[in-house]
Amino acid sequence: MSSSEDRALSGAIFEESTLLTVQDLSRMCAVDERHIVEFVEEGVLSVVEVSAAEWHFTGAALRRARLALRLERDLEINLAGVALALELMEELERLRRELNARR
Amino acid sequence: MEFKDYYKVMGVARDATEAQIKQAYRKLARKYHPDVSKEKDAEARFKELGEAYEVLKSPEKRAAYDQLGQGHRAGEDVRPPPDWGAGFEFSGGGARESDFSDFFESLFGAQARARAGNRRGASHPGRGEDHHAKVLLDLDAALHGGARQLALRVPEIDADGRLVSKERVLNVQVPKGILAGQHIRLAGQGARPPGEGTPGDLFIEVEFQPHPLYRADGRDLYLDLPVAPWEAALSAVVKTPTPTGAVELKIPPGSHAGTKLRLKGRGIPASPPGDFYVILQIALPPATDDKAKAAYAAMAAALPFNPRASLGV
Repeated sequence: MSSSEDRALSGAIFEESTLLTVQDLSRMCAVDERHIVEFVEEGVLSVVEVSAAEWHFTGAALRRARLALRLERDLEINLAGVALALELMEELERLRRELNARR
Repeated sequence: MEFKDYYKVMGVARDATEAQIKQAYRKLARKYHPDVSKEKDAEARFKELGEAYEVLKSPEKRAAYDQLGQGHRAGEDVRPPPDWGAGFEFSGGGARESDFSDFFESLFGAQARARAGNRRGASHPGRGEDHHAKVLLDLDAALHGGARQLALRVPEIDADGRLVSKERVLNVQVPKGILAGQHIRLAGQGARPPGEGTPGDLFIEVEFQPHPLYRADGRDLYLDLPVAPWEAALSAVVKTPTPTGAVELKIPPGSHAGTKLRLKGRGIPASPPGDFYVILQIALPPATDDKAKAAYAAMAAALPFNPRASLGV
């Protein structure tokens, strides 16, 4: 396999083009669908109501789910702890960006 | 192969209990986890820590490691004897093992992988795994779009069946308007499944390098614009750089340092586009020659101005 490719590869901005299902997230994160459902139940991920029949997530849920999985695995914290950590990290990120932009 | 002192990495004694090892891991993991840590070498430290913990938390691996480690120091060249590891059963499945060192790989890698098998592939037959990578882009790539050479590290199985991390250079067309934290999805650029099937996708998470002029906050951009005191006080039309070229910006009369002016829709061209904010900064002309000094003196004489009035002095 060649290590460099000449033609420029085009890709879409994932977050703008996609609504994800539980199956999509499960595949992309390489975890059981059950785990994704638990994320929703603990408030780690939120569902955007599109159809009553199936749950849908925005593309941004992928980053959140992967981050949650890393925290769960690496720091050995339970889902409630992950949910809290995510909220605090988001707040921290928002404050940092604001500080940086208005500095 | 360099011997790694896992006890030293975790800061525990060689006779530490399982509970002490676990405690040390949790403490250090919170300190060095790349998602939460601001330490400069967090990623490398965390990788090393994960590897050490993977070995020391498992009684079998730890016993095997101790057997090998007697009389070795960190950094020393060491080669496991041919019968090393016999009699130990390693349970695999450590998710981060692709990142581990050659030292770990040669001790535990092959066994762990053999046992982990195609645990993952089984649930989605015929489709390769998705790969994820993170890149630092220049802000201009998001402002104008364009091709960029991206160097990514990807795990790969080499001819001997060893898991190695390889550099892969991709020429990628960056979509105009992408924001920090978003992903470029390249279909079919992930892992190939064993045998027939569709390759997975490659997700590239974008972060921006600091830009010399603009600061990004989500889709909005900020620029500090220096103006002269009379421009702020009396109003003026001044030239301002924006991502789509210089514009003439009207400074309203009575502006002061920190006044924020908004140019709607001139931020990052996402959908919807962000705004462009200009923050005024008052630049003082130097009073180095007599003429300038006279002008300042005339101002002092003409204006009854106490800049410290709000301080009550």
